[in-house]
Amino acid sequence: METALDPLETGLREGEDVAKSPRQLIWERFKADRAALLGVLLLALLSLCAIFAGVISRDLIHHGANQLFETQMLNQFGLPNGPNSHFWFGSDSEGRDLLVRVLYGTRTSLFIGVVATGIAFVIGVVVGLLAGYFGGVIDTLISRVADIFLALPLLLIAIGIVAACGTSARGCLHGTLQPGLKLVTIIIALFSWPYIARIVRGNVISIREKEFIEASRALGATNGWIIRREILPNLVAPIIVYATLLIPNNILFEATLSFLGVGVPDQTPSWGGMLRDASGVFDVAWWLMVFPGLFLLATTLAFNLVGDGLRDALDPKTSR
Amino acid sequence: MTRYVIRRVLWAALVVFVVTLLTFAIFFLLPSGDPAYRFAGRQPNPQIVAEIRHRFGLDNKWYVQYGIYVKHLFLGDQYGWPGLGFSYNSREPIRTELANRAPKTLSLAIGAAILWLAMGISIGVVSAVKRRTIVDRLAMGFALFGVSTPVFWIGLLGLYVFWQRLHILPGTGYVPFTQNPVQWFLHLLQPWFVLALLYAAFYARMTRGSLIEALGEDYVRTARAKGLSETRVILKHGLPASLAPIATMFGMDIALLVGGAIVTESIFNIQGLGYWVIQSVFTQDFPVVVAIVFVGACAVVIMSLVVDIAYAFLDPRVRYT
Repeated sequence: METALDPLETGLREGEDVAKSPRQLIWERFKADRAALLGVLLLALLSLCAIFAGVISRDLIHHGANQLFETQMLNQFGLPNGPNSHFWFGSDSEGRDLLVRVLYGTRTSLFIGVVATGIAFVIGVVVGLLAGYFGGVIDTLISRVADIFLALPLLLIAIGIVAACGTSARGCLHGTLQPGLKLVTIIIALFSWPYIARIVRGNVISIREKEFIEASRALGATNGWIIRREILPNLVAPIIVYATLLIPNNILFEATLSFLGVGVPDQTPSWGGMLRDASGVFDVAWWLMVFPGLFLLATTLAFNLVGDGLRDALDPKTSR
Repeated sequence: MTRYVIRRVLWAALVVFVVTLLTFAIFFLLPSGDPAYRFAGRQPNPQIVAEIRHRFGLDNKWYVQYGIYVKHLFLGDQYGWPGLGFSYNSREPIRTELANRAPKTLSLAIGAAILWLAMGISIGVVSAVKRRTIVDRLAMGFALFGVSTPVFWIGLLGLYVFWQRLHILPGTGYVPFTQNPVQWFLHLLQPWFVLALLYAAFYARMTRGSLIEALGEDYVRTARAKGLSETRVILKHGLPASLAPIATMFGMDIALLVGGAIVTESIFNIQGLGYWVIQSVFTQDFPVVVAIVFVGACAVVIMSLVVDIAYAFLDPRVRYT
C-alpha cells in the first residue's frame, strides 16, 4: 500500500494553491465514483416509488394493493395472467396487480431497512460508546452480551420468536408485540445492534488515547463533553459507512423472513412475500419471480454501491 | 494455550446456557393457548385438560418446567439422549426424526462451505494478483452482485433456467448418497451454489483486501528480492498471512450457514432440518421448533469452538491468555 499521497488525493493541483476543506475533498472523491453515483440515482428513484406508491396506484393505475381482479387476471385454471397493457407487471396468484404491489413493496423494504437499522444504530452507538469510553466491567459486560448475540443463529432464533409471537393474532407478551411489520423490525434491530456496537467500541478505544482528548480533559472537560464534542465527530465516518452497508443486509433479512412465510403478513406487500408466492408457480408465471426480485436486487445493490463509495471517499486508503 | 482452550470452552458453555433460556422463553411465551387443548379432543372438558397438563408437567411453576427442560436436554428423557420431547403433530419422539433429517442438512451445509471457501479464496487471490485489470473488475463486480442478490431469488431463477427451460439439472428434492451417489451430487449441485454464493462473494472481497495488504509488507519484498518466483511469493508468503482473518471469520459465519440452509432447503424442497422447522412453525408444532433451534444453536457454538481452537493451534502467533 503506497503511503505517499498523490496530488489528486491531497486535492492540490498545479496552479491551485487554495487548500480544500476535508468535506470538499470527500465530495470530490465521491463525485468521481461513477458506481456510487449510480447507487444514489437508484436510491432516489426507489424513494420516489416509495413516496408516491399511494398516489400512483390510486390516481394513475386505479388499482388497490389488495384489490382482486380474479375475472380479468386469473385464467380458467386459477393461474395468474402475465403482463398486458393494463397490468404492466401481470398479476399475482390471487389476481392482484403486481405493479402496484411491487411499488408498495418499496415502502416495506425501505421502511425496514431504514427504521430497523436506525434503531440498531442508536443502540449500537450508545452501547459501543459506553463500552469503549469507560472500559472495565462495563466493557466486559457489553462485549460479552454482544458476542452472545453474534454467536446465535439469527434466522433460526428469529423464526422461533416469530413462531411464538406471530402465528396468533393476539401477539405475545400479553399483546405488546403484534405480528407484522413492527415485530419484524424489532427482531431485526435486536440482532443487528452488536455489529455497530463493535465498530464503535473499537474506534472509541483508539480515539480515547489520543492527545487531543487528554488536552480536552486537562482543560477541565467533563466526560459528557468529551464524548459529545471530541469523540462523536470522529466516529461519524465509520458509522455512516457501516450503517449504509447494514441497510441492505436488513432489507434482505426481512425479505428472507417473508419468503419463508414468517415475515410481514400477506396484506402488507413485501418483495419477499411476492417471491414466496412466485415459488409455487414459477414454471408458469415468470413475471411473478422476475419483477419483485429485480426491485429487491436494485435496492440492495444501490445501498451497497453507495456504502462502498462512501467508504472509499471517507477513507482513501481503502480504495486500492 | 491451555488457559485459552479452557476459557473458550467455558464461554461456549455460557452461550449454550443462554440458548436454553432463549429457547425455553420462546416456548413459554407461546401465545396460542394451552398445548393441552390439542390433546383434549373436540370438546375439551376442564378435567381432561387438567389431567393432560399434569401429565405434561404444564401445571408446574415456570422455573420447575425450565429445570425439567434442561434436565431432559442434558440427561435424556424417556426417548433417550438428548431429551428433545415429542412432536405434537406426529406424536413421535423428535430425536428419531432429527436423526433421519440431519444427513440432508449436513450434506447441504458441508458441500456449500467447501464450495464457498474454494470459490471465495481463489477469486480473491486472482483478483488481488491481477489488481486493477479487467479480471479484477469482473471478479469484484461478481462479488458485489453476490452480496446484493437475494439467495432465494437466485435459487428460483436457477430452477427455472436449468430445470424448467434447459433440462440440464434435476429439479427439487433430495436423493440419499447411499442410494445413488451421482443423483445425490446432481440434486445438490444447485443448492450448494445458491447457498455458497453470498459467502463466496464476502470471502473474495476479504481475501483480496488482506492479500493486497500482505503483498505490500516487507517480508514479501524480501522474498521477491531473494529471486523467488511470483507464484511462490504469493502462495507461500503472501497468502498464509492473509488467510488468518478468513479463518476467524469462518468460525463466526457457521451461524449464518445454518440460516442459509433453511432458505435453500425450502426452495429446493430438501426435507432437512430447516425445512422441518418452517413446516413446524405453520403447524404450530412448538416442541419441534424449540428442539431444532436448540440443536442448531448448539451445533453453531460447537463448530465455532472447534474452528477457534484449531486456529489457535495452527497459527503460532495466536496465544491468547
